[in-house]
Amino acid sequence: MHRFVIRAALAAVAALALGGAALAAGSPDKGKAAFIKHGCFQCHGTVGQGSVVTSLGKVLYDTELPLEAFIAFVRGTNRAMPPYSDKILSDADLTDIHAYLTSLPKPADYKTIPLLNQP
Amino acid sequence: MARRTSNPQTSQQTSQQSSFGAQSKVSRRKFLASAAVAGAAAGAASAAQAATAPDPIAPARPPSATRPSAMVAAAEVGNPNALPAAAKNGAAGSDFMVDVIKSLDIKYLPCNPASSFRAIHESLINYGGNKQPEFLTCTHEEAAVAMCHGYFKIAGKPLMTLVHGTVGLQHATMAIYNAWCDRVPVIVLGGTDLDAAHRPPGVPTIHSAIDINALVRDFTKWDDQPTSLQHFAQSMVRAYRFAMTPPYEPVAIALDAELQESAIRAEGEKLYIPRYIASGPPAGDPNAVREAARLLANAERPVIVADRAARTANGMKLLVELAELLQAPVVDQGGRMNFPNTHHLRRAPTVIRQADVVLGLELTDFWATVNGQIDNGENDGHGIQESRIKPGAKLISINSVELHTKANYQDFQRFQVVDVGMAADAEATLPSLIEAVRAAIPNDRKAGIEKRGEASRKAKEEARTRTLQVAAIGWDATPISTARLCMEIWPHIKDLDWSMVGSERQMSSWPSRLWKMEKHYSHIGGPGGYGVGYNSPAAVGAALANRDLGRFSLNLQTDGDMMYVPGVLWTAARHQIPMLTVMHNNRGYHQETMHVQRMSNRRDRVAYNGKDLGALGTRIENPDIDYAALAKSMGWWSAGPITDPKDVGPIIKKAVEVVKSGQPALVDTVTQPR
Repeated sequence: MHRFVIRAALAAVAALALGGAALAAGSPDKGKAAFIKHGCFQCHGTVGQGSVVTSLGKVLYDTELPLEAFIAFVRGTNRAMPPYSDKILSDADLTDIHAYLTSLPKPADYKTIPLLNQP
Repeated sequence: MARRTSNPQTSQQTSQQSSFGAQSKVSRRKFLASAAVAGAAAGAASAAQAATAPDPIAPARPPSATRPSAMVAAAEVGNPNALPAAAKNGAAGSDFMVDVIKSLDIKYLPCNPASSFRAIHESLINYGGNKQPEFLTCTHEEAAVAMCHGYFKIAGKPLMTLVHGTVGLQHATMAIYNAWCDRVPVIVLGGTDLDAAHRPPGVPTIHSAIDINALVRDFTKWDDQPTSLQHFAQSMVRAYRFAMTPPYEPVAIALDAELQESAIRAEGEKLYIPRYIASGPPAGDPNAVREAARLLANAERPVIVADRAARTANGMKLLVELAELLQAPVVDQGGRMNFPNTHHLRRAPTVIRQADVVLGLELTDFWATVNGQIDNGENDGHGIQESRIKPGAKLISINSVELHTKANYQDFQRFQVVDVGMAADAEATLPSLIEAVRAAIPNDRKAGIEKRGEASRKAKEEARTRTLQVAAIGWDATPISTARLCMEIWPHIKDLDWSMVGSERQMSSWPSRLWKMEKHYSHIGGPGGYGVGYNSPAAVGAALANRDLGRFSLNLQTDGDMMYVPGVLWTAARHQIPMLTVMHNNRGYHQETMHVQRMSNRRDRVAYNGKDLGALGTRIENPDIDYAALAKSMGWWSAGPITDPKDVGPIIKKAVEVVKSGQPALVDTVTQPR
């Protein structure tokens, strides 16, 4: 987690260095379609729930990365997650995906789910 | 009166002289098959004795077959007619082989039938009464071997299988490799016909080879091709003993058709069944144990990592004792059920980063335990390699695999330098290590050790809360989240004496993270060699062992694995093996989907999906497979596909009742990728 925060911060800095041109608001519906079509869900799950195996436990539903930093991260990541260039995912696609992820409802507190409170 | 068989506790080698010299004019092959059986010890009956003193209850034994004729050879591809008249010289050689097998107390024989072992097949079901071992009909050799694999991990006793020496063994190889990598004993007997001048032409000759075991020699512990019945007896007992000495591994014995089919003559060599005495497992060298104890006792942050450490329930108990003595966190890599997941010292692998001493017990891959590789194409395609431990951390390894490994297949993994290494069985070494650690802990460190335990308890509770919150994400999603699926199952099994007989890793290991696992049979680990096609048959084999122990078997089954040997479903129904299989149906070879995506990204290309939801060639959809219909067609109770998470619980409840009534049941659920 600590390493991810550092990388996210670096991505944010990179985004600012690039000028951070204003991006249009994304479409959550289009973002969901792109999230599925381009295989993001394979590691992150369809609602960004992640997996200890495929996303090393990272969840996306509550991403706090601003859009520019998000795009910079996806373009520049070079560790477990492979980078996506603009030939694969355009800025518009990533804007939509970001809109989708930030539109996801906050999950219920586990304490309110009876099945998660069994002995 | 039951047919008597040779008793392994009383049979012994006789000092009677071989009559080889007296038979010098007989062809070697005929002579080798023409030995007389001598029940060496009181109470030990033999095939030959049984032939002259027939059981008053059992019907007259049908005769063994003679050499195959051209007609029989042709029947390889058709319906065989009645076989020619039997051998007239006495009991069949394969009857003696059955006596030998019975002496080893092998309970089951999962097997796909084949002509190259028809003689011993006939002896097993007629002469042997289809008991010890009982024939279990399989539709594929891979399923037969994997059933043996799963069975052992519950029962702790090996099974044997019979395979056609060439094509059958070729089918079986992947499953044998899995057993090899998973350190599991399986006894594989392969039929062959060595006599090139006399064996039937056509198919039987195609199915023969001069050295069938060459196919699996790189991943079996030992193999042999007996050329006499006595040689067979020695080889079987030797093979059993080698297989059952840590590191446990599969073994292979070739069965010559003529040796099986020829009669035992009244004259000649006296046959005997060697007594099986188990070899003790190899324990660590005392000096190395003391040095390991010194390092552990004086460590600030020792961490224990276990993969296949606990071979038995006692192994788990010993590991708990060592961990509590040191209050050292334990990382269970899951090759076996090593450590209760409710214990405050059971921790996630990240704890290794803080360790100053790491004790590795039967690790598949010590390098990857303390290092990481990021598969990102850097370093000329090798990816980033990085250490996961603090500089100067001391490493201790106890691993029996070092006592027996081979060169070709690379299951020994990357090389890792360790500070103390013991080529020894971990479970057998733990008692002396515990005593040495107890003696080595300085008095002034005991308070600090207790504090470690308190810190671990707090960290464990915090991790539990985080895990439960992550499990809540996507709770109502469709496809069904794997965490939700597990928790819909849990209330229906938690009060049973349950055992998870399939691998959980494809489901983000949610069962180990959410369920209470405290018994050594709570789970049985994975395939070892990661050869897909292991899970469904191994689960049936493990469920067979659980059936005999009165336990409830649960199998979480991936769709890709299921389609390798789906015929094992029929075997489970045919032989009344109750188990609940819940499909983790993500409609794809998910790992491969991600690999192709990774390569596409690296090459800056859009992965082509065609009409699928992932890279072309990696998805199992269009059309979607109806696993409930598949299972139903093979005699299972089944339900699904279920797509709404709210529907899972009620169906599981019903399925559990079906399984408790003695039937196998399958519930197909459409799930998230992991």
